[in-house]
Amino acid sequence: MDELFRNVDWYEIGLACLDTLLMLGGSLLFTVLLGLPLGVLLFLTGPRQLFENRPLYAVLSLVVNALRSLPFIILLIVMIPLTVLLTGTSLGVAGAIPPLVAGATPFFARLVETALREVDRGIIEAVQAMGATTRQIVLRALLPEALPGIIAAVTVTAITLVSYTAMAGVVGAGGLGDLAIRFGYQRFQTDVMVVTVVLLLVLVQVLQTIGDRLVLRFSRK
Amino acid sequence: MIEFHGVHKSYRVGDRTVPALRPIDLTVRAGEVFGLIGHSGAGKSTLLRLINRLEEPSGGRIVVDGVDVTALDAAGLRRFRRQVGMIFQHFNLLASKTVADNVAMPLRLAGELPRRAIERRVEELLARVGLADHAGKYPAQLSGGQKQRVGIARALATEPKILLCDEATSALDPQTTVQVLRLLAEINRELGLTVVLITHEMDVIRRVCDRVAVLDKGEVVEQGPVTEVFLHPRHPTTQGFVQEAEHVDPQACQEALARAPGRVVRLTVLGAATYAPLLGTLARETGIDYSILEGRIDRIKDTPYGQVTLALEGGDFEAALARLRAAGAHVEVLR
Repeated sequence: MDELFRNVDWYEIGLACLDTLLMLGGSLLFTVLLGLPLGVLLFLTGPRQLFENRPLYAVLSLVVNALRSLPFIILLIVMIPLTVLLTGTSLGVAGAIPPLVAGATPFFARLVETALREVDRGIIEAVQAMGATTRQIVLRALLPEALPGIIAAVTVTAITLVSYTAMAGVVGAGGLGDLAIRFGYQRFQTDVMVVTVVLLLVLVQVLQTIGDRLVLRFSRK
Repeated sequence: MIEFHGVHKSYRVGDRTVPALRPIDLTVRAGEVFGLIGHSGAGKSTLLRLINRLEEPSGGRIVVDGVDVTALDAAGLRRFRRQVGMIFQHFNLLASKTVADNVAMPLRLAGELPRRAIERRVEELLARVGLADHAGKYPAQLSGGQKQRVGIARALATEPKILLCDEATSALDPQTTVQVLRLLAEINRELGLTVVLITHEMDVIRRVCDRVAVLDKGEVVEQGPVTEVFLHPRHPTTQGFVQEAEHVDPQACQEALARAPGRVVRLTVLGAATYAPLLGTLARETGIDYSILEGRIDRIKDTPYGQVTLALEGGDFEAALARLRAAGAHVEVLR
């Protein structure tokens, strides 16, 4: 066993796991907090929707697409000044979270927009006919009806964030992906590579399973 | 109760305007069941949605109980909408909420009743539509007819004065359709609610409506009491709807008529006269022989009616006509 994983420092692996989980948790929290309202706004201002507003939708769309088209590794570096402003450092887990959020929020917002579009227009019409305000339509009908879709969106986003965290090593954030690149790839320590990759795989599996369970739990169809 | 004054609607498609509704004048009376019938694309759905302004009219005025609905601001419109219940072809229930929560929704949105009062009202409503045992279920666990009952209970929650029905039975099987229509008629009778329904089936009109308007290509081509429009349709569109409802094959009728001997008349009787021994008396008194070419005895809402096409031979034809008319029958001489 020891021979097989000769280069593996289990304490180091443990720290990397913790870093990955911290980055994932922190960035997912802010991604949802920012991306959900952005997704709702995208939906509402979209074509033939409640607050149809072509210029605003065009601008939001452009910003979202721009952030999404930027490779994450570039975003990570470009954002350094803003990151320092926000967290006081551009290094470590704290330094990685702002770029992770900036990278994942537009992605998540688009998924939320799509989930909201899946809600039957007839339901919006029925709630309008009850005399609901737009705020009530969103909070009491749209979001509850789209909840399974939104949970699925959170799951996909979380998994995307896991792969983003692998690149966060560039700013010294650590984490499993970073370990895989620095030791597994650059130093040809295949055993480290295998362990980290397996751990990442397990993490993704766990996230997907939790997500699927929750979707099922909230689906009433 | 609901008055349309020169209401019209057109859509912009690119840089063209496509008229959906030509200027329409209509009056729906308080407490009646008013039917709007038309083929798909005739504009009936748009016309219905103009009443609670889910669609905005391009011009004209809609007055409900003396209030110009077209002039309401956003807050006024929301208050007005609470007085107008609506049910839909595809029910439009919230899949994420239980039956009870769906029914409670309009009350919770209005935010005027305390929680306990809402619970009591929901119980009452579910009992009225016969779903008291299904309060905790989700819509996906219900049949189509049950879903529409939930829709009806939800529409009645805020005690509206008007109920709009958008093809409410079009997604249901014939048996369930009859049950839902019976429930609507019962609600109309017991709550004195004004009902406006749209449909493409004359049979729905025949079963529940008091008056009807026929829409064709955005225009009202015929309107009046259902007994009148159904038994004496004038516009080709209306005639088509009636034939469809009666399963009449116009060509077969023409052929039967062409082969028939003597004179041919269509006899229409309404109300109690429907069950009078009219034809036997006629034959005895005027010495005329009759054969029935085609016909039916049925009901329009609560009014029994009979409509038969007769071939009359021998005897005194004019005396026979006079005798029939004297008995209160409407007679059309076809040949």
